[in-house]
Amino acid sequence: MLEQTLRILRNELWKAFYETAVMMGISFALSLVLGLLLGFALYLTETGAFFKNRALNSIASGIVNFIRSIPFIILVVFTLPLTFYLVGTKIGPVAASVPMTIAATVFLARLVEGGLKEVDDGVIEAALATGARSLLIVRKVLLREAAPSIARAVTVVFINLIGCSAMAGMVGGGGIGNLAVQYGYYRYETGVMVFTIVVLVVIVQISQHLGDYVASKFTH
Amino acid sequence: MSEIIKFDNVEVEFTRGSERFTAVGGVSLSIEKGEFFGIVGASGAGKSTLVRTINLLQRPTSGRVLVDGRDVTALKGRELSALRLKIGMIFQHFNLIRNATVFDNVAFALEASSTPRAQIAPRVVDLLRLVGLEDKIRLYPGSLSGGQKQRVAIARALANKPEILLCDEATSALDPDNTAEVVEALKRIKESYPITVVFITHQEQVARSLFDRIAVMDKGRVVEVGYAYDIFAHPKSQPARDLVARAADYELPREVLEREKDLFLLTFKEEHAYDAVISEVARRFGTDLSIIAGKIDYIRHKPLGVLLVSLRTVSERKRQEVLAYIRERACITEYKGASNA
Ligand SMILES: Nc1ncnc2c1ncn2[C@@H]1O[C@H](COP(=O)(O)OP(=O)(O)OP(=O)(O)O)[C@@H](O)[C@H]1O
Ligand SMILES: [Mg+2]
Repeated sequence: MLEQTLRILRNELWKAFYETAVMMGISFALSLVLGLLLGFALYLTETGAFFKNRALNSIASGIVNFIRSIPFIILVVFTLPLTFYLVGTKIGPVAASVPMTIAATVFLARLVEGGLKEVDDGVIEAALATGARSLLIVRKVLLREAAPSIARAVTVVFINLIGCSAMAGMVGGGGIGNLAVQYGYYRYETGVMVFTIVVLVVIVQISQHLGDYVASKFTH
Repeated sequence: MSEIIKFDNVEVEFTRGSERFTAVGGVSLSIEKGEFFGIVGASGAGKSTLVRTINLLQRPTSGRVLVDGRDVTALKGRELSALRLKIGMIFQHFNLIRNATVFDNVAFALEASSTPRAQIAPRVVDLLRLVGLEDKIRLYPGSLSGGQKQRVAIARALANKPEILLCDEATSALDPDNTAEVVEALKRIKESYPITVVFITHQEQVARSLFDRIAVMDKGRVVEVGYAYDIFAHPKSQPARDLVARAADYELPREVLEREKDLFLLTFKEEHAYDAVISEVARRFGTDLSIIAGKIDYIRHKPLGVLLVSLRTVSERKRQEVLAYIRERACITEYKGASNA
């Protein structure tokens, strides 16, 4: 039994790790950039002191809500044509990272927007009173004051992406989640399932600690 | 002297739900270059709203605000930025960037005016020396006292050598020691360079030691404007009287308050004038003005005598005569005990 489990892991584990790393790497990197930009856009187009634009804000906000209301597993299927158009295939880790990027981007955007809204109005007002232009305020005030909550938001999104990667794995993405389902579920290899759970728990714990550490470094 | 700020029939309305609410209603007022101008009044009187129209943190609903003779109410973008560079502002709750060092907080204002990078560091050091905080340059605001935070805010507000400094209750969140510290810093700055200060406060002590002129606001209107000395000597409006009464908040023992029913506060502009009035009342009316408490305050270096007296007369007619006599020589107000009683 144990020997069987070890044999499967020896043969399959590195491939699964590699696939998960690809999915996570692509979608995390892209959603970090896109989510931050979209989050700032949501905030800045809503706030009178900056680039208030009600039309743009409602469109962006509507799209975000629309995507956020689709369960991830359905989003994967729903975005298959887009995925095929973008990467030329519907299966594999690169294909899986398309819906993952989309889901993580809108999730992060909302969290970043929330973090920005919590920045003390008085601090923003004082910055405006110095005569600073909006971009300087974004860089030197908003980004700094919201940095701890942005770090926490990124952590939440990263951990959420691990969950998504497992789901995407089931529908053709490969990776650790796929390993657990293929062997643990279909072939009754409980050992493999337990092992993958342990691995995921360790990754999540480390990410959370890292996120908390970064957030505390940004807080003064 | 020439006027640097002029409010011309300034009105600010807010809409709350479907209601319209007038926070500032038709204020016209001039502030002279180089003066220390105070604004006092009850909470909600519209002081902050009025002051915030000067740097357009609040746009007036109607009327004009002139700064250096130029109507600023329509400014936008780069021009608005340029106006704000000339106007520093400090706040009750300091409003420093929490996650930035003292250095970065002050440097921020210099970056706002596109100061060349090489000049920023020495200028920040100079500014912090001006407020006595050059040794705190690497600290974060969280580790400073309230007074120190406000001094950092002052350094930030002065970074671009503004002509005007707006202070919205800049000492209201501070204890007396920290208040004194900030007041001293402002006085020192005022002596070292010609800046116009507009200062909102509830604190009678602060008003007394800083202001050249005072505007008293009530329900969105300016109800009284004058030299600080005159307002303290002879307050005409109710909010001004409240402010002055706070100064005469003697803590009288209960027995005294019970025994002396007819108490009056007399304010004399000349230091020794009350000798004459007290003895003259005794001689002329054959009645005693007994002194319960008193002091001489100095308002911007001019003495102001304040005396709490009790009037012990037999007849109402004589009482009226005595009061009329005093009224011609001093400002007199009925004293109703401690203001919080
Ligand atoms: N943004 C706003 N929206 C709606 N009402 C406002 C707004 N700002 C101020 N007000 C209202 O306008 C009135 C005047 O406010 P303001 O802050 O100018 O008073 P103040 O004299 O500064 O009072 P305080 O001494 O308490 O600071 C208040 O009734 C306040 O509730
Ligand atoms: Mg106020």
